[in-house]
Amino acid sequence: MNVIELRDIVKTYDMGGAEQVLALRGVSLAIGKNEYVAIMGPSGSGKSTLMNIIGCLDTPTSGLYQFNGVNVSEMGDNDLARVRNKEIGFVFQTFNLLPRSDALHNVELPLIYGGVSSSERRQRALETLDHVGLGDRVHHKPNELSGGQRQRVAVARALVTRPSIILADEPTGNLDTKTGEEIMALFEELHHQGNTIILVTHEADIAEHAHRVVRLRDGKIETDEPVQKRRVKTAATAS
Amino acid sequence: MYLLTELKEGLLISFRAVRANKMRSVLTTLGIVIGIVSVTLMSTAIEGVNRAFARSAAAFGTDVLYIQRFPWVGNEDWALIRNRRMLETNFAAKIERQSQFSDAVAPVVGTRRRVNLGDLSMEDAFVSGTTYQYMNAAGVTLADGRFFTAEESSGGRPVCTIGANVAETLFPREDPIGKVIRVGGYPYTVLGVFEKQGGLFGVFTSDNRVFIPLLSFESHFGGRRRDVTIQVRVADIQQMEDAKLELEGIMRKLRHIAPGKKSDFSINQQELLTETFAPISLTIASIGLFITGLSLFVGGIGIMNIMFVSVTERTKEIGIRKAIGARQRTILLQFLVEAAALCLIGGIIGLMIAFPLSLIVDQVLPTAMPLSVVFISITISLLVGVVSGFLPAYRAAKMDPVEALRYE
Repeated sequence: MNVIELRDIVKTYDMGGAEQVLALRGVSLAIGKNEYVAIMGPSGSGKSTLMNIIGCLDTPTSGLYQFNGVNVSEMGDNDLARVRNKEIGFVFQTFNLLPRSDALHNVELPLIYGGVSSSERRQRALETLDHVGLGDRVHHKPNELSGGQRQRVAVARALVTRPSIILADEPTGNLDTKTGEEIMALFEELHHQGNTIILVTHEADIAEHAHRVVRLRDGKIETDEPVQKRRVKTAATAS
Repeated sequence: MYLLTELKEGLLISFRAVRANKMRSVLTTLGIVIGIVSVTLMSTAIEGVNRAFARSAAAFGTDVLYIQRFPWVGNEDWALIRNRRMLETNFAAKIERQSQFSDAVAPVVGTRRRVNLGDLSMEDAFVSGTTYQYMNAAGVTLADGRFFTAEESSGGRPVCTIGANVAETLFPREDPIGKVIRVGGYPYTVLGVFEKQGGLFGVFTSDNRVFIPLLSFESHFGGRRRDVTIQVRVADIQQMEDAKLELEGIMRKLRHIAPGKKSDFSINQQELLTETFAPISLTIASIGLFITGLSLFVGGIGIMNIMFVSVTERTKEIGIRKAIGARQRTILLQFLVEAAALCLIGGIIGLMIAFPLSLIVDQVLPTAMPLSVVFISITISLLVGVVSGFLPAYRAAKMDPVEALRYE
């Protein structure tokens, strides 16, 4: 069974009065377990809207969205919050950590909202931080960490609930190339460990890390093709 | 248990938020502090006035009737009653002979005189002339010594029984019994001291009084043209009304008032005062608490205002929390806890300031901050926090996560 199944997803925004903007014009997409998908597209292509819908931050105007076989397209706010908490791990471009909380508390937060007991919470958060290579930084506040380290905390926060998908929105956008590569290597590792990863980006070389690329243009899927091998891909872009 | 975790998290967040915005938190809390201080002080003062009144009224005795020229309260036209005839002291003995319901009857006349012992003096002490029956006719108790006897009373002996304040003023260190003091310049031997009654400025109580035999009073200070009060103690408190009717009849006969004509005297009792005072006290309390409540209300608006600012400032944070699974209730609770915590801190500080101030109030009025006021103010400050925090918290809870995350 697919983790994510989108059928004819349409999203319109009211811009006041009778004016409407069609952000998504009928998107159908299926993503299976342990896939590593990049969603690409120029700005205005609707990729942010699609990401928000996949991430259950927003609901489609029409169309069907099934998450692990459950229809989430008509869920209320609180049910969506539960899905986000249990099933989705977000990684943002700007990290979006709570600035006044240390790394440990940031990673614990989704477990707090998930109602996990405090001892288990702490243990799992420590394990996950250790897993992303920050076992020695657990009591640092975000402003005491480098950009790469902050993003690792964010990845740990996304991972800690053992979600069905990890949804990363331009995860390397605020990082230098080297640190960006390190984060991408981390994603590669997480993918090998069985996680399903959806990467939203407009950078082709970042999208290359994925195993399948979905290109959006003007609110529709333009292409949806697997990335064969790195070498082939490099040759293709060179030609 | 889940709710408890959320509450704990909410408290932690508010603690961090307060620490991060110290000045702002202090200023906002100040509104609540002032509100709680004024409300608690006002209720303490009201409590004080009520207690003072209760004590003063108690000094009259619930079972004592006062036959006087004028009524204590009432709306009779002053022009009609101001020419009433004086009462006479010898009515007391006549009433005592004729009355069935009364236990003891004593006439009391009064004046104000300097009372002194050497250099120690009380300038405007109330000097009352009465008979030995006074002890039975008034609801007073002796702390020490005795009242004058029937013989001393009828003999017009220069003896006196003094109030607690008089004793304290003239005899700061020694036992007053047996000592000779000067009342209006004349020597009197102190026989006894009354128990302290307290009360509103000591006006109606025995505290500032010196009691001397009626005959001594008349010979030293003159008995003519003085208002006489005849105090009648009713034997059975259940028969107060019957006693009043009987006394009215006796008095009318003594004064030869024709049937159909109005009585030219008044029969007063403590109940009249308490009945009159109760609605006045209630009105003062309501108005006072309403006005001071306004300051608490303003404090609440301050909290609401700052919570709106806080919610706007932390839009991004709200977005993050929602993205990782905070439900509306969780966000609502978080901000409610923050507002309530701010107000609670304000309330507690307010109480800590109000308590010593209430001790100052206690110097003027016999009062103490009632324990109920402590609990009520804590509850009220929590309530103010929850009420004024609700709108901002609701706005935060209802935020669209996508919009909130985009906020910079």
